[in-house]
Amino acid sequence: MTRESHPTYLLDRTRLHDSHTLDVHRKNDGYRALETILKEGHSPEQVIDLIKNSGLRGRGGAGFPTGLKWSFMPDANKDRRARYLVVNADESEPGTCKDRVLMEEDPHGLIEGILIGCYAMRIRAAYIYVRGEYRFAYDRVAAAIEEARRANLLGKNILGSTFSCEIWMHKGAGAYICGEETGLMESLEGKRGHPRPKPPFPAGFGLWGQPTTVNNVETLFNVPFILDRGAEWYQSMGTENSPGNILIAISGHVERPGVFEVPLGISAREVLEDCAGGVWKGRRLKAWIPGGSSTGFLPASEIGLAMDHESLKNARSMLGTGAMIILDETACTVRSMEILSRFYEHESCGQCSQCREGTQWLTQILHRIENGQGRMEDLDLLSSLASGMAPGKTICALADAAAIPTHSLVRHFRDELEEHVRRGCCPVPSSPGPAAAPPRSPSVEVKA
Amino acid sequence: MHEVTHETRNNLPPTLVAEFTELCTHYPERRAALIPALHRCQEELGGWLSPETLEAVAGFFELEPVEVFGVASFYPMFHLRPRGKHLVSVCHNISCDLRGAQDILDEACKASGCTPGGTSDDGRFTLVRVECQGACTSAPMLALDGVYHEGITPEDVHRILGGVQ
Ligand SMILES: Cc1cc2nc3c(=O)[nH]c(=O)nc-3n(C[C@H](O)[C@H](O)[C@H](O)COP(=O)(O)O)c2cc1C
Ligand code: SF4
Ligand code: FES
Repeated sequence: MTRESHPTYLLDRTRLHDSHTLDVHRKNDGYRALETILKEGHSPEQVIDLIKNSGLRGRGGAGFPTGLKWSFMPDANKDRRARYLVVNADESEPGTCKDRVLMEEDPHGLIEGILIGCYAMRIRAAYIYVRGEYRFAYDRVAAAIEEARRANLLGKNILGSTFSCEIWMHKGAGAYICGEETGLMESLEGKRGHPRPKPPFPAGFGLWGQPTTVNNVETLFNVPFILDRGAEWYQSMGTENSPGNILIAISGHVERPGVFEVPLGISAREVLEDCAGGVWKGRRLKAWIPGGSSTGFLPASEIGLAMDHESLKNARSMLGTGAMIILDETACTVRSMEILSRFYEHESCGQCSQCREGTQWLTQILHRIENGQGRMEDLDLLSSLASGMAPGKTICALADAAAIPTHSLVRHFRDELEEHVRRGCCPVPSSPGPAAAPPRSPSVEVKA
Repeated sequence: MHEVTHETRNNLPPTLVAEFTELCTHYPERRAALIPALHRCQEELGGWLSPETLEAVAGFFELEPVEVFGVASFYPMFHLRPRGKHLVSVCHNISCDLRGAQDILDEACKASGCTPGGTSDDGRFTLVRVECQGACTSAPMLALDGVYHEGITPEDVHRILGGVQ
């Protein structure tokens, strides 16, 4: 069992039998925050101020302050265009599987968060963009939407108030780049998921060119709790700059992989040891990734770092999606990086040459090092290629997502790279060797 | 309003036409329903998107077929060539790799009679390697016709694929 000495809220309801049903949800304070706002006539501005004061930061990877993002939406009295909330449920960053838990086990919590967000930004239509593979999560949220609609928690004049709002489900089709907010909007419009140059930003020019806010599932899931219990309560958890609890998915070489709720700022060691039962099979820790594949490898010596935005940024990494990936002493960091590089190559949308070509070159170089054909010059070549790709050199941050772990590999695991080159093979006896080449075509090859 | 010719309308089953017409009402612009519609076509019309299907969908959405092809080919979940009756997807990304995805893939090849990316001679299976499926904390994983099997061993692979007609 997990040791949860800290207060929890995000996963509390998910432990109840039939937690996905409206009945169980309402018996456990569900929709109470929405009801209060509507009955007591809180103004949208009041709601935004409360979210601002709480210090809630986005859980989709970038950690942007949510209240501030909401306040970027144009004044509805002056700008009469239709406006939208887009819920980012694309969850495709390797290692990340936390939004899935919320959607499958507590879909009404997400719906309430969406409705409060829409109320605050005077939005009347929200779209939940769910990655196509999440069929069960999709069905659970879709069923919850139907239940909510029948209970007048959704649709016209919600709970007899003047507030009306619709929520639509939308299914993606397996492209990681559609998690990037502008790629997502293109995809939702029925196009290829090609990210758009920014500016213009979504608040001014988003879905169909209308004012739009994009938020992650877990971000919105936090909202009803803040409304219900207050900003002060929220700030009593986590750190000053990263308040609240966060869902950490911990995977790889651990005894008990899983999704755990912890306060921001908890040490990574505590998550590894207390939540996940430590490195598996009594082995030693070699490397760890703090927040999903884009945040890079850190050495075992840094496992004492705090899981919050500032601490990890100072360590030249990122909190990202809070998805920890653990590599034990039998893992080969070069192979793992090759797998990530292959992933970014496969997922690059191809608009920017630095990203399209750069991810291919990174994969080729890593492949030859892992395969024993690397040269010493390749190490600096990896760094210089990564520096040529990011930051800020491409339309979106996918190129950064490939560059950051590359830099971190060369910075922290140079010895292991050099040993591959010197020995002319992978020096890790248990490693399966080079990873398989990426599928070049999105469609399936068929035998002649 | 859009005009759909009889010819193109006839190429999509009426149930799908009705479904897509309703789907379009969720959005201010019809085209937004394109990707969900392609999913439904793939589900209902043989597990892949044939040129004829793409053309019929283009007709419904009043788009050039090449435009619809350009969208469909961007997304890994859409199959533009015929595939086996059952689709086996094995995740080969980092969290699964660390917990033995290679062994799962090897067993899936044996049990299905496919090479990765290929279809078995009897046409029963197509096997694909896929990127992270969001099952990382219960790695390794395999999906059979879209249904996840998580935390599996190579023995499980035989059981799962063996039970399939
Ligand atoms: C390549 C790429 C992939 C992304 N994938 C996701 C994703 O799957 N889910 C998500 O919530 N955010 C993802 N993001 C971040 C979004 O662009 C956006 O910042 C986020 O959805 C905003 O929500 P938040 O402010 O609530 O965190 C991705 C970003 C990039 C650059
Ligand atoms: S950085 Fe890569 S994924 Fe992003 S827009 Fe450019 S090519 Fe596409
Ligand atoms: S890495 Fe395989 S499901 Fe995430």
